[in-house]
Amino acid sequence: MTTILHKADTRGHADHGWLNSFFSFSFAGYYNPQRVQFGVLRVLNDDRVEGGKGFGSHPHDNMEIISIPLEGSLAHEDNMGHKEIVSAGEVQVMSTGKGVFHSEYNNSPNQPVKFLQIWVFPNRLNVPPRYDQVRLDPSKGHNALQQLISPQPSGEGTWIYQDAWFHMGTFDAGRKIGYDSKKPGNGVYLFVIDGAFLYDGQRLETRDGLGVTDVRHLDLEAAEQGSRVLIMDVPMQNNIQ
Amino acid sequence: MEANILVVGRDRAILEVIHRLIDGHEGWHATTTETEEAALKAFKEKKYTIVFVSAGFSAQEEEAMRQKLTQLDPDVVVTRHYGGGSGLLENEILGILKQ
Repeated sequence: MTTILHKADTRGHADHGWLNSFFSFSFAGYYNPQRVQFGVLRVLNDDRVEGGKGFGSHPHDNMEIISIPLEGSLAHEDNMGHKEIVSAGEVQVMSTGKGVFHSEYNNSPNQPVKFLQIWVFPNRLNVPPRYDQVRLDPSKGHNALQQLISPQPSGEGTWIYQDAWFHMGTFDAGRKIGYDSKKPGNGVYLFVIDGAFLYDGQRLETRDGLGVTDVRHLDLEAAEQGSRVLIMDVPMQNNIQ
Repeated sequence: MEANILVVGRDRAILEVIHRLIDGHEGWHATTTETEEAALKAFKEKKYTIVFVSAGFSAQEEEAMRQKLTQLDPDVVVTRHYGGGSGLLENEILGILKQ
């Protein structure tokens, strides 16, 4: 088992005024050869967009893009005809496949929106692009891990073209959490959204990330009331079909 | 650092964005093509540091292109560009140029 710790204050950072982003992995002009990806997890951006601002229409291809609003709402539009509002408590997925254009704006004229923007390399190239959005059941993510993402269209949450599973949960102080990796060869990347967790004698603070490879099971303990964690279980090698 | 970058992809709208983004960076110069044949022709006319394979090309086509282009110039990096001209484009180029 190997671990890699990304402390919150060592992440890349870009402040454009309207957009304030912290990068767990190399992105845009922030390039750190030690932090390019964790397996197929390529981007984990912690974004804050000011009211009335956003990303204008721009393209993507061959990337699974997962957005998790933490506060506020995003107004989404794409050239597949979707025009949606994505709010905290929901998860948005785009399988960009052979190509899609989209825009994401803060839906509020004056309040910031905070969200996680996560990009995963797909295991199939050039698929027809798809958009999905799911509302999370608030009764399921308290003192339990709630599945957000899986490879199965019939699974809980939504799905992507990759053998990856995402779970999230908010825990009372002292609660212990066990997690079993879903596939041999996958690694597990923990991202503390709120509060703090204890893992193997280490204290993980808010916005810290920890990658663990060659692991079948891991145990966490919430160190503060209302601690929230996102667990991303991803292949360490991409087997493109 | 100066770099000529050839991008081959089948989505013209995405290619146009990639072209604009690369050319907008000081010292980086893009050529974009939509077919392997056009890419090979362009490759023979100029020295390229990077060849990006973009949307619409399969992994097998990418590998075939890599074989052909590295036979012509063993120093060229032929790799897939993921993301379609997004925040990864600059990062991918920086990563290759810093190696």
